[in-house]
This record gives sequence, C-alpha cells and structure tokens, in this order.
Amino acid sequence: MTIASSSPPSRLPLSGATEARTKTRTSRAGSREGQGDGRLAAVFLAPALLGFLVFLLWPTLRGIYLSFTRFNLLTPAEWVGLDNYDRMVHDPIFWDSLQVTVAYVIINIGVQTVTALAVAVLLQRLTQSALLRGIVLTPYLMSNVVAGIVWLWILDTQLGIGNEIISALGFDRIPFLADETWAIPTIALINVWRHVGYTALLLFAGLQAIPNDMYEAAKVDGASEWRMFWRITMPLLRPVLAVVLIMTVIGSFQVFDTVAVTTQGGPANATNVLQYYIYGAAFGRFQFGYASAMSVALLVVLSAITVVQYRLTRAGQTDLG
Amino acid sequence: MAAVATTTTLRRIRRRPSLGRIVAWAVMAAIVLITLLPFYWILRTALSTNTSLAAHPGDPLPTGLTGGGFERALGLQSTKEAIAQGGAGGGLRFWRYLINSVVVSTLITVCQIFFSSMAAYAFARLRWRGRDKVFGLFLAGLMVPTIFTLLPNFVLIKQLGLVDNLLGIALPTMFMTPFAVFFLRQFFMNVPREVEEAALLDGAGKIRIFFRVMLPMASTPILTLGVLTYITSWNDYFWPLMVSYSDSSRVLTVALAIFRAQTPQTGYDWSGLMAATLIAALPMLVLFGFFARRIVSSISFTGIK
Repeated sequence: MTIASSSPPSRLPLSGATEARTKTRTSRAGSREGQGDGRLAAVFLAPALLGFLVFLLWPTLRGIYLSFTRFNLLTPAEWVGLDNYDRMVHDPIFWDSLQVTVAYVIINIGVQTVTALAVAVLLQRLTQSALLRGIVLTPYLMSNVVAGIVWLWILDTQLGIGNEIISALGFDRIPFLADETWAIPTIALINVWRHVGYTALLLFAGLQAIPNDMYEAAKVDGASEWRMFWRITMPLLRPVLAVVLIMTVIGSFQVFDTVAVTTQGGPANATNVLQYYIYGAAFGRFQFGYASAMSVALLVVLSAITVVQYRLTRAGQTDLG
Repeated sequence: MAAVATTTTLRRIRRRPSLGRIVAWAVMAAIVLITLLPFYWILRTALSTNTSLAAHPGDPLPTGLTGGGFERALGLQSTKEAIAQGGAGGGLRFWRYLINSVVVSTLITVCQIFFSSMAAYAFARLRWRGRDKVFGLFLAGLMVPTIFTLLPNFVLIKQLGLVDNLLGIALPTMFMTPFAVFFLRQFFMNVPREVEEAALLDGAGKIRIFFRVMLPMASTPILTLGVLTYITSWNDYFWPLMVSYSDSSRVLTVALAIFRAQTPQTGYDWSGLMAATLIAALPMLVLFGFFARRIVSSISFTGIK
C-alpha cells in the first residue's frame, strides 16, 4: 500500500483511484495543517516511540553487536569478530537443537493448522454459538507453565489418566515425556492443545468475511459441504491462512516455557530446543556473546521463513472480489 | 428469489439428520471434550490425597477428598504436615505472587494500551511528514523474535538497576507492542471521517477529539486487546524468570514453576501441584468469564488488508 501511493497519481491505473484520492488529500492536508498535526503527532507518538527505540530497535542492534563479542555481564564486552559464529557452525549441539526445533515446529504447526481449520469451519458451517467459541478459547487462558504441568500429570507413566486409559485399552504404557522419541511430539501436542482455539478463532474471523450467499448459491447447485470447502472456503481463506501460518510458525520456533517445565531439554538433549539452548548458554554459562550469535541465527532463519512463506502463499493477494 | 430461498430451506431441513452432520457434531463434541477434560482433571486431582491418587489413579471422582493440596499450595500447612501428605517443605506465598502478577499485568496492560492507542491515532488520523516510513519501521518490529531482544534488554534492565524489580518486568512491553499499535490503527482508520469533522466543526481540538470521541468509540477493540494483553502478560514466563530472583518480584508463573521443581523425594506432590495450578489459572478464567462473549465475537483478524 505504501509503495502504491508513492507512485505519481497520474500514472495510476483505474483501480488505484482510491489510493490516488488519499494521496491528494495527504499532500493538500500536509501543506495546510501539517505543522500543527506534526507537533501533536510528536507528542502522541513519544511514549510508543520511546518504547520502540529503547526496547525493540536498540536491543536488536545491540544483540547483533554482542554476537561479535565475548561478554559475561561482569567484564565489558570484548570484540572477537566471527569467533562466536565459527564456534556455532562447529557446535554439534547447536545443529542438534536446530533439528529438534524444526521437528517440533513441523509437528506443532501441522497438527495445529489442520485442527484449527477444522474447528473454524465447524464453528462457521455447523453453528455460530458464542459459547462454543468461548470453550475452544479456554486453554489459551492457561499459561504454558500451567499447561505443561497439567499434561505432565495426565501423561504420567504410572499414575496419569492418559496412561490409565491406554493400559485399560490393552496397550503398553507410554513414557511420553521421558522417552527420546515421544518427548518432542508430546510437547508439540501440548502446545497445540493450548493454542489451537486462538488460531481457530483467527481463521473463523477470516471465514466470516466470506459472503454467505456464495455457500447458498453453491448449495442450490447441489454442491456438497466437502466440495464447498475446497472450492469456496479454501481459496478465499488462503490469504488469512497464510498470515496466520506465518505468525504461528514464528511463535512456534520460540518454544521455551513448556520445555522448561516438563523435560528441561532432556532426555539426552532430545527436547533441547534452540531457545532453551540459547537460554542455557546465556544464563547457565553466562556466554552472552555466544547466545547472541545463536539468536542472530534464529532471526535469520525466521526472516527467511517469513519471506519464503509469504511468497509461496501469495499472502498479499486475495481472491475475494 | 423467494423460490430459491424455499428450496434451500427445504434442502437444509432434509439434510439435517444426514450422516455428515452427525459426524461433524461428533468431531465437535470430541474437541470440546479434549479441551475441557484437563480442567476437570486438575480439580479432581487437587481435591484428592496423594496416597489415594496412587491407589486409584483412574478414579473419575476425587479420591480421599481433602483440601490439603490447596493448603499446601497456599503455604498454610506446617512443613511436617506437608511432608507427611507427600508435599515438599516450601509452599507458595500465594498472595505475594498474586499481587505481583496483578501489579505487573495491570501496569503493562493499562500503559501499553493507552500509549499504543495514542500512537495508533497519530498513525491513522494525524497528518505529518514521514508517517508511512515510521509506521513501516514499527511493522518491521513485528518480525523480531522475542528471544532476540531479551538478552540485550536484560543487560539494559540490569544496568538500570531494575533487576528483581516489578518495574523491570513491566518496562519492555509497557510502552507499546507493534501488534497493539497495528491493531488499533486498523480500527481508527475505519472510523468514518464525518465523525471527526463534525467534532471539529463544534470547535473541538484534535486532543479533545481523541479523548472524547475516538477513545470511547474504540471501547470494544480496546477491551478485547486489553483482555488479550492482560492474559499474555499474566502468562508470560520467560522474561519474568530472567528478571526476578526473589519473592519480592516473583510472579505466579515463575512461582509455580519453582513449586513444581521442589519435588519431594517420594515423587511429585500431584495434589498440591494441581491445586497450585488451579490457583494460578483461576484469575484468568474469572476474567475471561466476565468478558467472554464480547471477546470471542470481536477477535478479528486485522492482519489482512
């Protein structure tokens, strides 16, 4: 939008008429009352800008700087060039934790997106009940710490109700969080439980924007719900789905709390996700420089994912209208 | 048109008991069950005794009904009593942590929403040079992962001498989040210009318009954002864990994780742990109970334009 409105109004195609109008208004207002508004804007913006500069922009720059230093909080940061990055590339635990994180993200996002989509569509096509919407959101009210502890109990090998049911059905008990194979999928599903309702509500909001007469018309033509889902819902929801996906993937990469309360990285580093490893490096071993370098790596990974995902899903475009 | 309406109604009536709908409702019921059962299980465990839990793990009702778990979680039992019932020595100084959580979350929510709405108004309705560029910069802030700012922010808070201080926990998110600014700007942009122009004609200044017209009009989105912000800051664990070292600044999430870590030799004190979990989660459940209807109908996706 910013790019469109900065091109000369005369060369805008017909469809850009609204932007052209906005542009004219901006420049007219800018010359007439711009100064008065400017002063007021500065006042209104001051606190937010202060917070933005001090706690977001500056730390980002400082984090990049720290990644080139050796720093332990006690002595001043000492410039070491690319040492931290060199160490990172040769650190098997780093690569291991990156792998664990990616496995977590794939399971978490895969299950969460499909379930949330199902819930959202059911909420739209089956019933519009606000009570049901409230119910699916309740796990989101729990903290990750609470969710972690509760599921730790439900999935407990000896006494947990989950394993009681499994053994009542005649299967062997599963040490969900104590087993190297099970631990990551289990943590991923715990976080699906907590977040799926919120994601579903975001998608539901997107579904509400699809005009109902499209479904009515399709129904008259004898289309089944299944067909309507693939022909109407999915194409029209795609831009919303894309942005929700980018947001949830970014959030998912930053898993920490659940690991911290349930497995603490174990067994045998099986759940040592990147963020947990970074935390350990910084606050367990006071290697702030090294921890910063790994954070930069995470930032690069996340930015790349965002860009690729955005391109792939053509998130900016909508099929509606 | 009327004919079309009738046929669709007829179709709908005929379709109601179809297999597809039954399956769909069954799926919905299963989802509701998985969503809610853990909450019941927390309550059931919290009201049981540890010895009886071990003997009847699958009993659907509280087994050996007792309030001991809650007493332990609240630190009301003597150490000797607690250990006898399968707990560790230390309890939660619940009221202290509750107050800390309330102070931090309230401070963050009130300040963040107020400052963010001022900024959002400046981005949506005031005319000034470089506005789009500055807003673009704010938006880019959405992409910075939290871990990235946490380490430098911790260093800064330490240098400010605010470690182990409630203000130190609140400060980084007190002024704004890119999301809050973005969310409210979307709303302000959609307020009809006529509303503002009418107020201007009546001789109101822009400051007055903001406080008397725009803010009241935005009460629903502000309430939604406020409750979500409150929940988020209440549930935050990573940042408070870094900043707080002692009871004076410990919030409920951190206290709960510490309570969980005080495992007695005999195994987890599940009853006490579930009681503590319930105590930590209850305030948010109550808050949500009050606003649920308005929240769920106004969570909308503003990210699409």
